[in-house]
Amino acid sequence: MLGRTLREVSAALKQGQITPTELCQKCLSLIKKTKFLNAYITVSEEVALKQAEESEKRYKKGHSLGDLDGIPIAVKDNFSTSGIETTCASNMLKGYVPPYNATVVQKLLDQGAVLMGKTNLDEFAMGALGSDTGGSTRNPAAHCGVVGFKPSYGLVSRHGLIPLVNSMDVPGILTRCVDDAAIVLGMLAGHDPKDSTTVQDPVKPFTLPSLTDVSKLCIGIPKEYLTPELSSEVQSLWSKAANLFESEGAKVIEVSLPHTSYSIVCYHVLCTSEVASNMARFDGLEYGHRCDIDVSTEAMYAATRREGFNDVVRGRILSGNFFLLKENYENYFIKAQKVRRLIANDFVNVFNSGVDVLLTPTTLREAVPYQEFIKEDNRTRSAQDDIFTQAVNMAGLPAVSVPVALSNQGLPVGLQFIGRAFHDQQLLTVAKWFEKQVQFPVTQLQELMDDCSSVFEIEKLASVSLKQ
Amino acid sequence: MAAPMLRGCCLARRGALACIDGGSRHGRGAAIGCRSSGKRGRSSVAQQPLITAQKSGKGEHAWAAVVGLEIHAQISSNSKLFSGSQVQFAAPPNSLVSFFDASLPGTLPVLNRRCVEAAVMTGLALKCHINKKSLFDRKHYFYADLPAGYQITQQRLPIAVNGSLEYSVCVGKKRSQVITRTARIKQIQLEQDSGKSLHDELRSQTLIDLNRAEGQLRVDANISVHHPGEPLGVRTEVKNLNSARFLARAIDSEIERQINELENGREILNETRSFDCKLGCTIPMRDKEGKQDYRFMPEPNLPPLLLYDTASLPPGADPQQVINIDRIREQLPELPSETREQLVQQYGMLPEHSFTILNEVGLLEFFQNVIKETRAEPKKVTSWILNNFLGFLKQQNLAVNESPVTPSALAELLNLLDRKAISSSAAKQVFEELWRSKGKTPSQIVSEKQLELMQDGEALNQVCLAVMEEHPQVVLAMKRGNPRAINKLIGLVRKATLSRADPTVIKEILEKKLSS
Repeated sequence: MLGRTLREVSAALKQGQITPTELCQKCLSLIKKTKFLNAYITVSEEVALKQAEESEKRYKKGHSLGDLDGIPIAVKDNFSTSGIETTCASNMLKGYVPPYNATVVQKLLDQGAVLMGKTNLDEFAMGALGSDTGGSTRNPAAHCGVVGFKPSYGLVSRHGLIPLVNSMDVPGILTRCVDDAAIVLGMLAGHDPKDSTTVQDPVKPFTLPSLTDVSKLCIGIPKEYLTPELSSEVQSLWSKAANLFESEGAKVIEVSLPHTSYSIVCYHVLCTSEVASNMARFDGLEYGHRCDIDVSTEAMYAATRREGFNDVVRGRILSGNFFLLKENYENYFIKAQKVRRLIANDFVNVFNSGVDVLLTPTTLREAVPYQEFIKEDNRTRSAQDDIFTQAVNMAGLPAVSVPVALSNQGLPVGLQFIGRAFHDQQLLTVAKWFEKQVQFPVTQLQELMDDCSSVFEIEKLASVSLKQ
Repeated sequence: MAAPMLRGCCLARRGALACIDGGSRHGRGAAIGCRSSGKRGRSSVAQQPLITAQKSGKGEHAWAAVVGLEIHAQISSNSKLFSGSQVQFAAPPNSLVSFFDASLPGTLPVLNRRCVEAAVMTGLALKCHINKKSLFDRKHYFYADLPAGYQITQQRLPIAVNGSLEYSVCVGKKRSQVITRTARIKQIQLEQDSGKSLHDELRSQTLIDLNRAEGQLRVDANISVHHPGEPLGVRTEVKNLNSARFLARAIDSEIERQINELENGREILNETRSFDCKLGCTIPMRDKEGKQDYRFMPEPNLPPLLLYDTASLPPGADPQQVINIDRIREQLPELPSETREQLVQQYGMLPEHSFTILNEVGLLEFFQNVIKETRAEPKKVTSWILNNFLGFLKQQNLAVNESPVTPSALAELLNLLDRKAISSSAAKQVFEELWRSKGKTPSQIVSEKQLELMQDGEALNQVCLAVMEEHPQVVLAMKRGNPRAINKLIGLVRKATLSRADPTVIKEILEKKLSS
């Protein structure tokens, strides 16, 4: 049951094959068994069981709220959840229990979803894992063999999403299949008066059509994305995918995004600048961690922030403040904004030339083992991992990573589709077609669990959280 | 976040002068303003100053002071600029704080429509150009009363720019001459207010209240001095002045201090100072940083603010979502300058009098009510209001609405005067009586005190003749051109008539008799 799609599980709930409580308990049990992965910062067991109970009551009466009623969900720990600790995986917010729900969380709960807990991330989402600011929904999705979807900027409310880069952050959706992502998008999209950057146009709920004919489709392959660092495996899969479209009648052409090579540096300047600004509120006064020093306010700020933030966060704050200094603002921040405009225009030009969707790799290669992962510093690593995903955030476009195949090592590899702004539905339609063609094997959890059992003795494994 | 604020920058540029009258430091001896050269924004090379500095000390040539005011005015609205929480005077500390006001992570600013309308109104009233597109920025600094670590303001492109405000100043030795001056308004911007901090010295603590509904008007003054024709001097900032009186004194004392420093060969530091009202001078503020880099950055959570006028309004636009500048202009009440202009045109009032009438709360209404009920000349009404009525008010420290004399009463009195039922000196007597005894009408007082003027012209004639016959020497003196003689005669006639004759009429009769 836990390996099924949202639709399948929902159907099973409706038909009474399984109850929400049973489903919830299965999830909780699996979470307990996989505790060594440190995937959850907070498991909201009591809340989840209560929600499951209420869902069950609704099903019994025949008054289910919809496709999401009774479905277990997890929310990354940088989304504000009322009454449930929200830490952003940072010491700075240890013990912080928000008094309100993020809009997207509220919408999911209103649909009857069952909140299992808050998942782990790099401190304040400044690494490979995170809500999508530079790729942090799509990258992990590619590495884990699931669908990772980043909606168009302005389509989904950011109210309650603890921000990294306000002008690029988007709540990302991780699901087993494209259809599920579309269902969730349908529930989350739309104007939020509490978020002034959401578009006013009404969003109608939709079901994804099942495309059979791709002959009218034009797929663009950005040539700048063919980099030497790209692993041969991924490159080969990318090529195969392009050929697949062509063989099925679609037009596949090479396109150019000439400013691609500047996007990493540009992103770095803008990201650190916004981060420096957004982190200014963490001073220990109103909420969160506060140090013991009370000699003066300034001393308290300094100690609190040194204790509360890790090196990565502090490094970015310092960089960002540097770029925002009066004497640097013009040369760094303004310049980066201009380059951002150029990058965004690259995409506009390509889409205006008749391309419907771009096809690119999501990551350079499959997931690397932990030992290798910790060798490089955060900045280099980010630079490498985000190379295909980040420009999308700067342009505010929708993008989705779809699992394609297993590598020679048996690890998942995904490919990315990028769509025109606010053409999320079209993008997902194409992705759905592709997913059907590719038939990526559904994750067999039981097998995985059996494989992992030998690992239980080693408690301190792959700690994905990079807390000190 | 906080109570919404409008910040206005008012600049007095080249050629503006401060008059420092060494003798009256505490009086309103200083006149600071802007030369209105007719060209906005660019002023020509400093022209001949209107007022020369009387205190030049050791310096050879005059000093000119330049003053720029940064005015923080709180918008009157039900809720705050960026959050839905209420605005209420004197609420318990931290009882009006929304999640956004407390800077809880994940909260976002939402612009308050009423505040934008208020800003546009203010801009229009101050003759500004309203920017159809304006932007919001973050201004970063760390302080306990600023939870987010930054303040949302409009630095790059504010909502209104390039306005002006006319005002009147009393100048001259006796401050009897009134001139009009213009201050330029550089810009008006919407911004959040910070919280309130209360320092508890005893416990070495600072208490923060994030309600922020206090301090409805605050002014910071930027002051520098220089010799006309030379570049502007280094400026200091004097912060947080809450009353017009302190503002004036602070500016005066700071100008004096700067001149003093420079004339003694010292330099002016670009620093922030505060005004010590007990000492009567400015002192450096210790806990404020010198030069602060605020690291301005666009506010990414607020798209550009777009305003429309009737011509540019997109068709089918939701009226809830758009602001039409023209509609707001229509809703503007009559501005003081228009009212003053009307008073001048309609009633032949002197401009300086129109200022006085408008500057006293309730006086305009009082004046207009008197005008309605009296046949007397408007100029007469003006004179009585400004001299007699206002005089009594000030003497007894009353506001217009506390006056025991009603507009009707004054109107009645003026009517009596107008149809010459009483003399002007009698009128003054009646007026005095009106202040003392409530409820009596002027007519009642006139009859009680028998102040009616003699209406019988022939009888008066007789009295004049009689007086003249009784005092031939005085008549002789009068014939010889002694000016005091006629006054004596007038006095005698008045006495004879028990002050019931109009001195002007008496004078006429006497003069006629003399010439015949």
